[in-house]
Amino acid sequence: MSTAEFLGNKEYKYGFVTDIESDVIPRGLTEDTIHVISQKKNEPAWMLEFRLKAYRHWLTMTEPKHWPNLKYPTIDYQDIIYYSAPKQKPTLASLDEVDPELLKTFEKLGIPLTEQKQLAGVAVDAVFDSVSVATTYKEKLKKHGVIFCSFTEAIKDYPELIQKYLGSVVPTNDNFFAALNSAVFSDGSFCFIPKGVRCPMELSTYFRINNSESGQFERTLIVAEEGSHVSYLEGCTAPKFDKNQLHAAVVELIALDDAQIKYSTVQNWYAGDEEGRGGIYNFVTKRGKCAGRNSKISWTQVETGSAITWKYPSCILQGDNSIGEFYSVALTNHAQQADTGTKMIHLGKNTRSTIISKGIAAGRSNNSYRGLVKVMPKAENARNYTQCDSMLIGSSSGANTFPYIEVMNDSSSVEHEASTSKISEEQLFYLQQRGISSEDAVSLIINGFCKDVFLQLPMEFAVEATRLLGLKLEGSVG
Amino acid sequence: MVTELAKPQNNYQSAFQSMRKAKPSVAWVELVRESAMDRFEVLGYPTVKDEEWKYTNLASAAKENFLPLAVRADLTVEDANRFSYPETAASHVVLVNGEFRPELSQTNDLGDVVVLDLFNATTDARYSKIVRDDLARSATYHDQGLTALNTAFLQSGLFVLIPKNVALKTPLQITYITDTGASSQMTLPRVLVVAEENSSAKLIESFVARGEQSYFTNSVVEVVLKDGARLQHVRLQREGRNAIHVGTTSAELGKGSSYNSTAINLGAKLARHDVSVVMDHEGSECWVDGLYVVGPDQHSDTHSLIDHKVPYCNSHQLYKGILDGNGRAVFNGKVFVREGAQKTDALQTNKNLLLSPQARVDTKPQLEIYADDVKCAHGAVGQLDQDELFYLQARGINPDLGKSLLTYGFAEEVIGKIEIESIRKELDEAVMNQLHARLEVQG
Repeated sequence: MSTAEFLGNKEYKYGFVTDIESDVIPRGLTEDTIHVISQKKNEPAWMLEFRLKAYRHWLTMTEPKHWPNLKYPTIDYQDIIYYSAPKQKPTLASLDEVDPELLKTFEKLGIPLTEQKQLAGVAVDAVFDSVSVATTYKEKLKKHGVIFCSFTEAIKDYPELIQKYLGSVVPTNDNFFAALNSAVFSDGSFCFIPKGVRCPMELSTYFRINNSESGQFERTLIVAEEGSHVSYLEGCTAPKFDKNQLHAAVVELIALDDAQIKYSTVQNWYAGDEEGRGGIYNFVTKRGKCAGRNSKISWTQVETGSAITWKYPSCILQGDNSIGEFYSVALTNHAQQADTGTKMIHLGKNTRSTIISKGIAAGRSNNSYRGLVKVMPKAENARNYTQCDSMLIGSSSGANTFPYIEVMNDSSSVEHEASTSKISEEQLFYLQQRGISSEDAVSLIINGFCKDVFLQLPMEFAVEATRLLGLKLEGSVG
Repeated sequence: MVTELAKPQNNYQSAFQSMRKAKPSVAWVELVRESAMDRFEVLGYPTVKDEEWKYTNLASAAKENFLPLAVRADLTVEDANRFSYPETAASHVVLVNGEFRPELSQTNDLGDVVVLDLFNATTDARYSKIVRDDLARSATYHDQGLTALNTAFLQSGLFVLIPKNVALKTPLQITYITDTGASSQMTLPRVLVVAEENSSAKLIESFVARGEQSYFTNSVVEVVLKDGARLQHVRLQREGRNAIHVGTTSAELGKGSSYNSTAINLGAKLARHDVSVVMDHEGSECWVDGLYVVGPDQHSDTHSLIDHKVPYCNSHQLYKGILDGNGRAVFNGKVFVREGAQKTDALQTNKNLLLSPQARVDTKPQLEIYADDVKCAHGAVGQLDQDELFYLQARGINPDLGKSLLTYGFAEEVIGKIEIESIRKELDEAVMNQLHARLEVQG
């Protein structure tokens, strides 16, 4: 069997649709749409103002189609439903009141929301289409002073925090998709770790798209005060539809003095079928600001899904001695396209950043790393180490690297290494000769290739990621 | 009444028309020039919005409206000979302001190698077919405004033919002398080098100027290597300090051919070199190396493109930069491995040394790979090794001198590759002088 044929078509097991009554607004986007969304969520006037400002700016912007190494038909922004929520009772006192159909959905996805069954030590905010349906362990976290809730609740309960930090890292006019998100975002997660607190458990958000016509526009905002510490996980799945769906999220992280934020993603949106029909267009803006001294932001991502991934989790290293990290595994198969990487902007003295990116391209897919390392004149003794490796499986896939390195001072040191290779026949032979089947051997080699990144993932995610990669590549190499 | 705004291109258009009147040619040349001019009218000067020109801004040059030079400069043989090396005393070809000047050239050592005015070669019965096949093919003007302008103004230039199985013993030197007299002039040298089957040669290109006036050099050099040909190519850019230099070198490699190029960039206030190598036949190999030494108020930009179209080709790139004062450098290296170009081995390294806090470098080493059985690697690093510096200090060498020594060694890796001794020596001295000047300034 040839290497390419081998890349199998393991069924996407999260591709089911939940039959649930939904509250849907008509498709299309105008100022009225934004008024409707804002009304539905009972938002204060400043929030509506924020959205309208973003929308007006969005109208003046054009989609960034010329620079990413991606090909896709023009998106009709008037053909998207911007708000879809499962119908439910107005307020929920406890999880028992959540629609059992919904609970079942998340159960099926492996995310049990009833507390006794929960994964030990992980608090989950579950987002279904446009709204957050449940957040677990809220009370326990509150005892430690940690705020973890849906964005809608946060706007109501902590308006001063939201007003202070929303849009402070990703301004509403940052880019086309961020502006769109700022105008129409429907929900998301808010997380606030007060001074000196080490968050007692992993926090996570699980995103699920259910409606075939709707896009998902969520927002995550994490603020870590002085000396605090938090680890955050994000997971996502969507049903199989023939139509492409748009997912344009914005994630903002803020780390003050001595704070640490670790953000991990396992992205498994529906990737479309073998021919490239359907799948999610994943256009995401993620950015963290190391605002304080000695702060640290670490991004870890395992990107396996989506028809198109356009995502550059970045760090602004503003505080002196701050650290930014980016660990990424991006796997593309069939007709998937990924243009992903990071930006490290060194502003403060002695700032350090590490970029480890592993791209695996199989089938007819195209996998690009695009990254920027920028060292500003005041960033004395800044250091960066970048390593981006690509692996090609099959002769019709593509792997590209586009690193941008801009150095504006002489005391900094920037290192960049990249390599491209295929799975070594010798390694395969060696493993097979020891009685390991060719599939297991490939999976072993790929896991070894990605080890530097997987090591950064929290335990449960690492296991999940290893399994996921195996699944995605099953039947592909030999 | 409607007043028509004078677009800068209109000046080029009128210069173009008078050039055509003065230098009419055969139908195919007219067609090439005309379509190139049409392209330039559409494209104009590149702007920073163009991804390939993101870090190099030609806006002020575009505004200054450099016009293609029409005046002939008076030079003596002695003036020209000053620019040759002992090795090339009898193989020195001179272009002044883009025009081939046989009376200033020395060709005794060239043997069977043909050196001819390119414009005349287009109508020369012996060579017109070769020229027609290879001219304006690898240096495409469809998307490059300045290459289009150069092609449109084809009126002289140089044609070099190294015939089948000829091994040229002495290196051939082409010197481009700019002597404009007035400011805001553009020179448009155009060269076509064809190395036929199994020939071998060394080629030196040297860009120099008389006087300190501001001018714009827009040169295009096409190199065609037929099967089994070998060419060593040294390119020395030492334009005047007020010059803008935009140079394009594009090479096409035949089966089993070998192309070894070293580009040294020292001069000009703004320099840009686009080097591309297309590997469209199996078994070819290329080395594309370079060194840019950028001082205060200088800007040097190198764009390289290695296009692996077929299997079994190797490419090696080593580009190094030394930046001082508020000098800026840009390196953009692209390695393309097309679908099916299996067993490719491509290596690319870019290293930059910043000697001052005001210096700035933007580098972008890119790989675009569409074949799975390949070995590609690239790396980019900056800064001197602190351990090496410490080692020297431990031996009683003060940090400033130590830094200079290491910087010299840094440059030597590229300079050492040049196989012509007097050039190597001259470059060593140039780098040394720059470093000495630095030491003296620091006291």
